[in-house]
Amino acid sequence: MRKEWLARLIVIVLAAAAVAVPVGGWYVRSQGILMHARMAETGGWMPENLTVEVGQPLHLRLTSDDVMHSFAVGQSDESPVDVIPGEVTEVTLTFDKPGKYTFYCTRWCSVNHWRMRGTIEVTGPETTAEAVKPPLYVTLGLDIDAEHHAEVVPEQKPSVWRGANLEGVVPNGYQSREYYLSHSPVELWQALRGETSLSQFTDQDVWDLVALVWQSNTNHQELKEGQQLYTTNCAACHGEAGAEDGVFADDLDQPEDRKHADMQTGEMTARPADFSDLEHMLAASPAHLQGKILRGGMGTGMPYWGPIFTEEQTWALVAYLWTFQFDTEDHP
Amino acid sequence: MNKLQEIPWKERPSPIAGESTIPRRYAFPERINLAHISWLRPLLHNRWPQFLVRTLTLAGFVFTIAAGLLGARVGSHNFAIIFVWIAWWTALKLAFIPLGGRSWCSVCPIPLPGEWLQQGGILEKGERRFGLNLRWPKRLKGSWLQSSGFLLIGLFSAVTLTDAHLTAWVLLGLFGLAIGLSLVFERRTFCSYLCPIGGFTGIYAKTAPVEVRVIDTTLCAAHSDKTCYQECPWGLYPLALRDSAQCGLCLECLRSCPQDNIAVNLRPFGTDLIANIGQARQSNRLDEAFLALVMLGSALAFSAVFTGPWGGLKTAAFAIGSYKWLLYGLGFLALNLVVMPGSFALAVWTGHRFSGSKTQLRRAIASQAQTLLPLGLFAWIAFTISFAFPKANYVLSVLSDPLGWGWNLLGTINPTWSPDVSSFSPVLQIALLLVGLFWSASVAQRLAKTDARQNFRQTLPVLAFCLAFSLAMLWLLVG
Repeated sequence: MRKEWLARLIVIVLAAAAVAVPVGGWYVRSQGILMHARMAETGGWMPENLTVEVGQPLHLRLTSDDVMHSFAVGQSDESPVDVIPGEVTEVTLTFDKPGKYTFYCTRWCSVNHWRMRGTIEVTGPETTAEAVKPPLYVTLGLDIDAEHHAEVVPEQKPSVWRGANLEGVVPNGYQSREYYLSHSPVELWQALRGETSLSQFTDQDVWDLVALVWQSNTNHQELKEGQQLYTTNCAACHGEAGAEDGVFADDLDQPEDRKHADMQTGEMTARPADFSDLEHMLAASPAHLQGKILRGGMGTGMPYWGPIFTEEQTWALVAYLWTFQFDTEDHP
Repeated sequence: MNKLQEIPWKERPSPIAGESTIPRRYAFPERINLAHISWLRPLLHNRWPQFLVRTLTLAGFVFTIAAGLLGARVGSHNFAIIFVWIAWWTALKLAFIPLGGRSWCSVCPIPLPGEWLQQGGILEKGERRFGLNLRWPKRLKGSWLQSSGFLLIGLFSAVTLTDAHLTAWVLLGLFGLAIGLSLVFERRTFCSYLCPIGGFTGIYAKTAPVEVRVIDTTLCAAHSDKTCYQECPWGLYPLALRDSAQCGLCLECLRSCPQDNIAVNLRPFGTDLIANIGQARQSNRLDEAFLALVMLGSALAFSAVFTGPWGGLKTAAFAIGSYKWLLYGLGFLALNLVVMPGSFALAVWTGHRFSGSKTQLRRAIASQAQTLLPLGLFAWIAFTISFAFPKANYVLSVLSDPLGWGWNLLGTINPTWSPDVSSFSPVLQIALLLVGLFWSASVAQRLAKTDARQNFRQTLPVLAFCLAFSLAMLWLLVG
């Protein structure tokens, strides 16, 4: 009988150990917030809404249940971290201002990659509400959904280098930051075309001056940041060269018979905008483009980036978009 | 007196026990009785070695379920997926079955708690036992339910094999079913009639080089207590064993025989396939034939889904509940329930008709189905090596991080070594399929000779069936 009891003891000890290891580990892990990342089609972030107090560390343990994702918090200086299937990435966040922050995936994980978003509500003592500055397209009263087409387009790609070599000076009013942000290239071209001091130049010359004005309102650092943002967040749909040929572009281009059904569910998508389309792009002002970025393209699948990009980042992105239209080389 | 009390749990001394010595081998001089090898004998006779292995597999099984439920759902990072569907499934097909028959059944953890409850103890039978001890309905006997269970798992295999959570629930379901049945029915009802892996293991155990047999039949005939039968958890009487399909190699008969009249033999491969040819006890069971055909059909289907180039088929197999999955399911069932049985029956009927054989068609189908066993076993082995070796390094990875939580217990979370079998894998698969085909042809020829006319034409259509199956597997695995 002693053997029988010994056998029972062995069975109980081993079975208990087999249960204790995973359950104990699970309990320890549960002390932090384990966040699972899945493609948006199968759930996105879980959990997707978090709450933390100002100044309190928020410890997250990130893991992916399917493909590689990346975790980033909008309007934050924190670098994105990769979220790898089967591995745990730990992140600790501390917020010094109350508010609602958006976290999102920066990896092109699926066609609905942009839907992988969640929020962190940071609560804290009431502070004086900061005056919210409306975006420029709102101040200007632009209808960013209205059709816009340039009536004239250049024969060649406008060149910064050729514009800089012309023996003419663009009047100061057209070079100001305010004018640049609120006018489209074709509006600038038409205005310059009406200037008598520039009457000796050909139409193409004036387009080159437009490119020069664009360059005077940006710089190398801003373009580099814009390119990085574009590559990470936009190229999946719009394509590396902005020619609506990103890896997800075809999936967004729905057949007519599905459009109606998806309109009912709010999942309607459309082929992404073509930044290499002259007529379309030269008729859009920087304020217009920034508005699209901030608000998103209603009913097209274009996400809203307002909670994610800072204002500086949106202008950097807009400045970079013009590189698809202008020849930016200083010395060809 | 209830049914439990009818069973003489307490061993009584045999009237001729005093005469017991290690008996001489009578019937099978070409075999090696492992129970007579001096260093192995105590390991087989003593319950402790087997008990310790069983306890370890039980703990591993419980851990697997817990890992599947609590760990990462990514298959490649979860112990449940890698150890069940890569390590164990591979070991079963490459080692346990071909070398040991139902040797896995002797240490399988699934029936153990139920069995211990039934007998009221682990090593020793207790006075207080649990369960109704009912007999399994006669109508449900045979391997029909095992075939159905295998098909059911096959329908969901694409997801089960990759989703740790689902794998855990399947294992938990089997565990619960085995315990529940033990409390209602006698002995190992679950293992004998329901376990889908038991069906798979059982039919291919006939090809294996291990058997438990009686040494001297006259001793058994004179022994009135039949302690071997009383002690057998499977309800088998060793004297009546005609093949190794049902014997779970638990060795309780060996331990309980007062005459030391049980042998654990090493024997030539495939002995059961030809042992009973021409004898009255030759199998005429259609359920075994059907099970053998289900195994062939499943090997084809799994090869197409998991190793084939058809992304659409793979997607359909994964999209459970969608109309594409329904089409896949219909195709899978049609292959196993109609195409394979229909074409095999047609092949046997054709050979039967043109050879003028006097054998009953039912018996002909059952006996010719023996030819499918080497074919199926080697097809499964060939299929297994297509994915087992390339994924072998996952085993090291999940040993270090069994729950996919970022642990690195053994420092092998990212093994630098990965077996590259791409160069010799196709050659090995071709060789394996050829071995299976030629072995099947050999069995078919032996079966044909049992007919008085010794007409080889009888086996030609079945051989054509085997050849067609081999070519299909070759196409799916090697291209």
